[in-house]
Amino acid sequence: MHNHDHDADAHSLIAEDPELSFYAKRAAAIEALLIEKGMVTADNIRRRIEIMDSRTPAVGAQVVAKAWVDPDFRTRLLANAKAAVAELDIEVESPNLVAVENTVGIHNVIVCTLCSCYPTVLLGASPGWYKSLEYRARVVVDARGVLREFGLELDEEVQVRVYDSTAEMRYIVIPQRPDGTEHMSEEELAALITRDSMIGVARARTPAGEMES
Amino acid sequence: MSKVHDRGGWSDAGFIDKTEHDLAMWEKNLMAVCSACAAHFNVDEFRRAIEDIEPDTYETLSYFERWVIALETLLIQKGVLTLEEIDQKMKVFEARTNRQHLPDLAVSHRQGGHNDSQI
Amino acid sequence: MTARFKVGACIRVRRDITSGHRRTPGYIQGKTGTIAAIWGTFPNPESRAYGGDGLPEQVLYLVSFNQNHVWEQYKAPLKDKLFIDIFEHWLKPA
Repeated sequence: MHNHDHDADAHSLIAEDPELSFYAKRAAAIEALLIEKGMVTADNIRRRIEIMDSRTPAVGAQVVAKAWVDPDFRTRLLANAKAAVAELDIEVESPNLVAVENTVGIHNVIVCTLCSCYPTVLLGASPGWYKSLEYRARVVVDARGVLREFGLELDEEVQVRVYDSTAEMRYIVIPQRPDGTEHMSEEELAALITRDSMIGVARARTPAGEMES
Repeated sequence: MSKVHDRGGWSDAGFIDKTEHDLAMWEKNLMAVCSACAAHFNVDEFRRAIEDIEPDTYETLSYFERWVIALETLLIQKGVLTLEEIDQKMKVFEARTNRQHLPDLAVSHRQGGHNDSQI
Repeated sequence: MTARFKVGACIRVRRDITSGHRRTPGYIQGKTGTIAAIWGTFPNPESRAYGGDGLPEQVLYLVSFNQNHVWEQYKAPLKDKLFIDIFEHWLKPA
């Protein structure tokens, strides 16, 4: 048995940061106990963190860029997102995945008011504001005001659709493809597609914006 | 009647803090531990445990601090761990952390650590 | 299990389920909406939350609501919508 090594492993986290909060220490204590009892291994924890770290908005951007350049893929993505992303070797275990598309007349934005459901497989860990009590409270009742706070002013003619993902489905927004990107490759397009544009609180970047930033 | 987690439409919600934070290492570990506990409880039980946090406490905790409470509550309910075990492990950690931060030790560690790069 | 409601059907969200773990937000209870999609059947999270097996599975719908029906004070354009996933046991004909 390697209990001591594993215990030391959990402890190293504590030792690195003496300012760690009560709850952080509590979490480390629980982890250490589970490892000591053989219910989970330190390797397994590390492997799970590696998988989490491999999930970034670049994965979602790859999906959206393909939908922009490949109309057939876009159709399949809108019809059955889970099956469509599987074509790109992206496995959505469960729950299911739904893609909703922004158009000239429709703007979609995603929230989970009950907890913080999020398409982690495509976007990685959710930002702090997405999990915040303020975003969860406000975006369902005042989407336009919240979007304005994010710097996105929408015309009155545009229909705003808020998706409150309360159950088994995870939503991702396909932002509108910016004008002036006709010549761009799928890879170049992917660089324009930000995390926030796939949550629906921003537009995709424009090529000019890309150069400025 | 809405419970404390059921936030949609709450009228007293203020400005959204859009500051970007990388997840702390302990938060990543916590997420991994929770996902590794699938044999002991399901995601719906986990959500229920978060919702059952006493409202005043819920409001003051960070998102992942609520997770710690839910994880601990469920593991104790399921008989996987006991409160005493967790408290005891906390004491062991506290003792080690304190020992490591005796002033003389801390100074010698710091000096030792800088020798290679500064000389 | 067959779906009780068809796409396009008008429904009202129940508000008489007042205890336990509820996967339907409080703000939408009592409101009327339209079935936008039928997602299939899933284990019931409201029994799974207490360690149950979630059976029988429940039909899950995507339901659309007019924002100005949901919020009395909603001032933005009338066509704005809210979409929520809701399990069948929360819905009744409107």
